[in-house]
Amino acid sequence: MSELNTAMVEKYRNSFLKEVEANVEEGDWVKMCMQCGVCSGSCPFGPHWAHPPQEIFMMIRAGKREEVLTSDSMWMCTSCYNCVVRCPRELPITHIMHGLANYAHRLGIAPKEQPTRKFATLFWKNLAKKGRVNELTLGLGLYFMNGIGPGIKTALKMKNIGLGMMKTKRMNPMEILGGHGCKDVSGLHAILAKAREIEDAKMKKFAG
Amino acid sequence: MAKKQYSFYPGCSSQKAASSSNYLVSVQSMCDELDIELNEIPDWNCCAASIGYAEGGELPRLALSARNMALSEQANPGQDIVATCAACWLSTKETQERLHGDSDLMKETNEALAAAGLKVKADQNVRHMVEVLIEDFGYDELGKHVKKPLEGIKIAGYVGCQTNRPFGIVGESYENPKYLDKLVETMGAEPVEKYDKKVQCCGGALAFSEPEKSQALIKDIIEAAYDGGADMIVTPCPVCQMNVEVYQDHINAKYNTKFKMPVVYYSTLMSVAYGKNAKEAALDGHIVRAKKLEDIANK
Repeated sequence: MSELNTAMVEKYRNSFLKEVEANVEEGDWVKMCMQCGVCSGSCPFGPHWAHPPQEIFMMIRAGKREEVLTSDSMWMCTSCYNCVVRCPRELPITHIMHGLANYAHRLGIAPKEQPTRKFATLFWKNLAKKGRVNELTLGLGLYFMNGIGPGIKTALKMKNIGLGMMKTKRMNPMEILGGHGCKDVSGLHAILAKAREIEDAKMKKFAG
Repeated sequence: MAKKQYSFYPGCSSQKAASSSNYLVSVQSMCDELDIELNEIPDWNCCAASIGYAEGGELPRLALSARNMALSEQANPGQDIVATCAACWLSTKETQERLHGDSDLMKETNEALAAAGLKVKADQNVRHMVEVLIEDFGYDELGKHVKKPLEGIKIAGYVGCQTNRPFGIVGESYENPKYLDKLVETMGAEPVEKYDKKVQCCGGALAFSEPEKSQALIKDIIEAAYDGGADMIVTPCPVCQMNVEVYQDHINAKYNTKFKMPVVYYSTLMSVAYGKNAKEAALDGHIVRAKKLEDIANK
């Protein structure tokens, strides 16, 4: 969606904050951050963020569009909600991070090789196919998401865990043939397509 | 007590031969004893958990939970929706709050649902099974059903994230929730006092995409349980259970530890204490076997 990216740059040339407010889930909360840093200090993956949430909020207000959207920081969110319950201003930080990651992903400028981005994409495609997650194909997809070579290596490393899961009947090799799913798959697909259509139309309207 | 009925959202991981199928088995045994009837939402779908956001975005993601609520309203009107999975509960409850707090979102969601002839009001309560136990039964009532107290077992109550934040259980703090400890005590076992990693994140879905970083967190969760003298860990969340149980060999190889810590569900403990056998408590569904529970169940 790089055309959309160009359109957004044009439209919001002077204010990345306004762009975030209009297009990012819960983005209208960003201006409320008071820079106390409790979120950054509370994050279990804190040391792995190039820019922890507090910094991301300030960077948005400082107009650092490129740095924020191409950062792999938001992709470090484990959805533990520590920051949300501790934030004195009650910002829904987890959802803002998800929203920023999703926005960067839709614009096509999120880091290509980011593993959580890849896994999250696999996860959604997996669940959307039949309405329920197929854990076997999801796991295999994860092992091989970086190609055949690394995939075989990971699969070997994970072999004993897989065997343990099968032995305890918590994984079924037959899931490869399709496995669980909703009965009304076409209805589910229609709902998702309509929801996506509404969301895309809104973003196009904002892009102007 | 009269039979209690709920509209049940089991979730993907609880399905036959899926990663928390053992959870569902023990929940059913527990509910059987407590005379709880779980009416499954017909044709329910995945909630997108906490990782679907990247590709799914906002409205498609919320529409997934809205479809489940719409189906629940049709099939099980007037009943509370109950989930056993932390992520299922969180997504559904979040969607309900968002729809009620934003009329545009409610309109758009119903526009999407209409594509499959559905409509949502989102007026059923959305609850975690733990809330049902604590609020609709209470510790005293839960204790009355104990036939085989779990004597001599010390258990670390690992609450984790998503049954605790952002919603939590009424009356509990986010930083030091005590309901698992109280449940452990009610079943006749001994809770680990001051289990400092009780609300520490296990990495969640990022255990898959960022295994090294997540396993560093998991190591601390298990180590603190050992430090407290625990025989096993108990949790209310399928992701916590799996993450903390299955990577122990990898953690041992990397950190030179000798972890072999069983990780069970509250429903596992309750099934055993309620006199169910090992199979009914799904003790055969654990990679690290909970030997002390097996001994009691086989007695």
